[in-house]
Amino acid sequence: MTFPKIDLNKLKNEGTESVTIKERRNFLKLGFAITGVYASGKILSLSSTFSGVAYASGGSDFVEKYPYNPHYSMVIRQSLCIDCEKCVEACNKTNHVPEYGYRTRILTRKYQGQLDKQVEFIPVLCNHCNDAPCVRACPTKATYKDPVTGIVRMESKKCIGCKTCMLACPYDARYFNAGRHAIDKCDFCWEERLSKGETQTGCSSACPTGARTFGNLTDPENIVFKLVHQLEESVWVLRPEDGTKPNIFYMKGNMVSVDNILKGQKFIYSDPAKS
Amino acid sequence: MTGSMVNISKRWGYHGIDALKKASPGYLMLMGAFALLALAGVSVGLHGMVVGYHHVYGVSREISWGILISAYVFCVVTSTGLCIISSIGHVFGGEAFMPIAKRAVFMSIIFMLGGFCIIFFDIENPFRMAIYNVISPNLSSNMWWMGTLYGAYLVFMIIEYYFLLEQNHSLSRLMGFFGLVVGIAAHSNLGAVFGMLHGRPFWYGPYLPIYFIFSAAMSGGCAIMFVSTLAWKINPEIMNQRMERAIKAVCQVTIFLISTIMFFTIWKIVTGMVSHDKSLVIMSLVTGDYAINFWCFEIFLGMVLPLFLLLRSRGNNFNMIMWATGLMMVGIFFMRYDIVIPGQMISVYHSLGVEEALDIIKYTPSFHEIMAALFGLSVICFAYFAGEKMLNGHQLEKHEIVPEGGYICPGCGAIHFMEEGETVEDAMKRHHKIW
Repeated sequence: MTFPKIDLNKLKNEGTESVTIKERRNFLKLGFAITGVYASGKILSLSSTFSGVAYASGGSDFVEKYPYNPHYSMVIRQSLCIDCEKCVEACNKTNHVPEYGYRTRILTRKYQGQLDKQVEFIPVLCNHCNDAPCVRACPTKATYKDPVTGIVRMESKKCIGCKTCMLACPYDARYFNAGRHAIDKCDFCWEERLSKGETQTGCSSACPTGARTFGNLTDPENIVFKLVHQLEESVWVLRPEDGTKPNIFYMKGNMVSVDNILKGQKFIYSDPAKS
Repeated sequence: MTGSMVNISKRWGYHGIDALKKASPGYLMLMGAFALLALAGVSVGLHGMVVGYHHVYGVSREISWGILISAYVFCVVTSTGLCIISSIGHVFGGEAFMPIAKRAVFMSIIFMLGGFCIIFFDIENPFRMAIYNVISPNLSSNMWWMGTLYGAYLVFMIIEYYFLLEQNHSLSRLMGFFGLVVGIAAHSNLGAVFGMLHGRPFWYGPYLPIYFIFSAAMSGGCAIMFVSTLAWKINPEIMNQRMERAIKAVCQVTIFLISTIMFFTIWKIVTGMVSHDKSLVIMSLVTGDYAINFWCFEIFLGMVLPLFLLLRSRGNNFNMIMWATGLMMVGIFFMRYDIVIPGQMISVYHSLGVEEALDIIKYTPSFHEIMAALFGLSVICFAYFAGEKMLNGHQLEKHEIVPEGGYICPGCGAIHFMEEGETVEDAMKRHHKIW
């Protein structure tokens, strides 16, 4: 088989106007895969834990399928958190959390000698890991990954109260609830809100600054999808070294570029032909 | 079975309640004290269960395994160790170790039951465990395997003990072998319960499963010597030449095992000091809140002093051995405590550098927890003292009580029974046939 010779110098520049959105997207996907933003689901939670179908080996194949649908996830824009604790209050109220426990909390990190800020607030909650250590540790399958939504839930009647899951959790997301006679944890408000048709969790709807954004990672129009799938600002997870593939993502989240993405502006190209 | 005409109590060396009636008042008072302590422990534990453990226990969200888990680990480690050391004799045929088998297997069962008594008060819904461990098992959970394997272990040990009493050596050997295999699986798995928790660098890794097996063997050697020399105090008649030889053999093995555990401990500390995740815990053990636990109890009472005394005793000085191993048991308890609690002292958010997780987390056992732990330990002590009398000091060889039709086996020192028309040699072959 022979290939026709193409003289690259004689080719006409077609400009970027003629590049379709779909082609741009494919190009970006390739770039993401090469730069390891998706890291084949190594740090982010994009690959399935149950089937090999969605797992892209070698980073050459973009992972388009998420293990769950809707794949619930939360992006925490850390810089927007002001430690008002409205989310904690809303969570306690919604889920009837007793005073000795909590499902979510806000941690404080202090800095010295920085020019812009001395303190940072880091909301933490259950990371609904795809490779959840608590699910592996539970002897009776009382805690499990919901096969549809990926939410790590509890079947309280099966809980024997051995507390192994509390120690297995690398995010300190669990406590023993004496009223339920079982371990209690964040379920993304599944029982109290999502299963009743609401689309937001108690904490995310209570957040006055938009620090907590909750949504579906499989929907390209969803805010969490947009926040995770951008290159301008780095996105990270807590304790990536544990390899749990968490579904709570963190970013600083106060840059203009992020706002642009959220406003629907995609990427602005400068056209060399017009300049 | 052989010797059916012989009264079971004689065949098993079982003396029953009568033996207790003959016991000295001091002995009965000691047993009574342990019974009362166990009773007090169980009442306090039940009180905690009724009012809710979170009101009365010192464990918290961060440190959710406290002194009860430490005591449970202490009990099951000792139980497995007793099985390991005694198996050298009656499973693998190490002749010198044979006379300790009956007492070791009995105490192994008792320690296991004591451990179950303790964990009953740690697990919030123990009754659900019985149901859902069976109908909803999670095979990837170490905790599930722990319950299952220790349950199987206990069953094998009880069957083995029955065959030991029955003088059926081939079956007791078979059961002892299964018990040993399941016991080692169960026990290394207990190490993995801790060792497979990602977020806990002090535990995470293959160190604990390996350490637990060696540590169990050490505890087992220590416990056998302690209960045997204490039994000698109770009834000097149990000591004979074969028993003396057995104590000496166990003493030698234990000296080796203490040295091994010292080696393990040294490297745990040294490697931990250069690890960012562990250094805070290690320093707390070496110079901080747990320094007394670590240096005085774990190191001095648990290893250095017994090593010195056991070497000095040359395996002959039973008083010295009794003191060395008795204090060592206390040290070993702290050794377990120093594994369970410090593993949880560092918050999972420590590496994030947040204010809430800068310091190590404190834990103090509450009255209810201590009493619930004492419940299990008192049950063990009570059963030990009762067993020594009622089971006639677990003796294998005692000329006075050789029943009709029986004889003392020159091979193992146990009482065997001849069937009609059988020679001594044939009987011995039958008892010791390899399965």
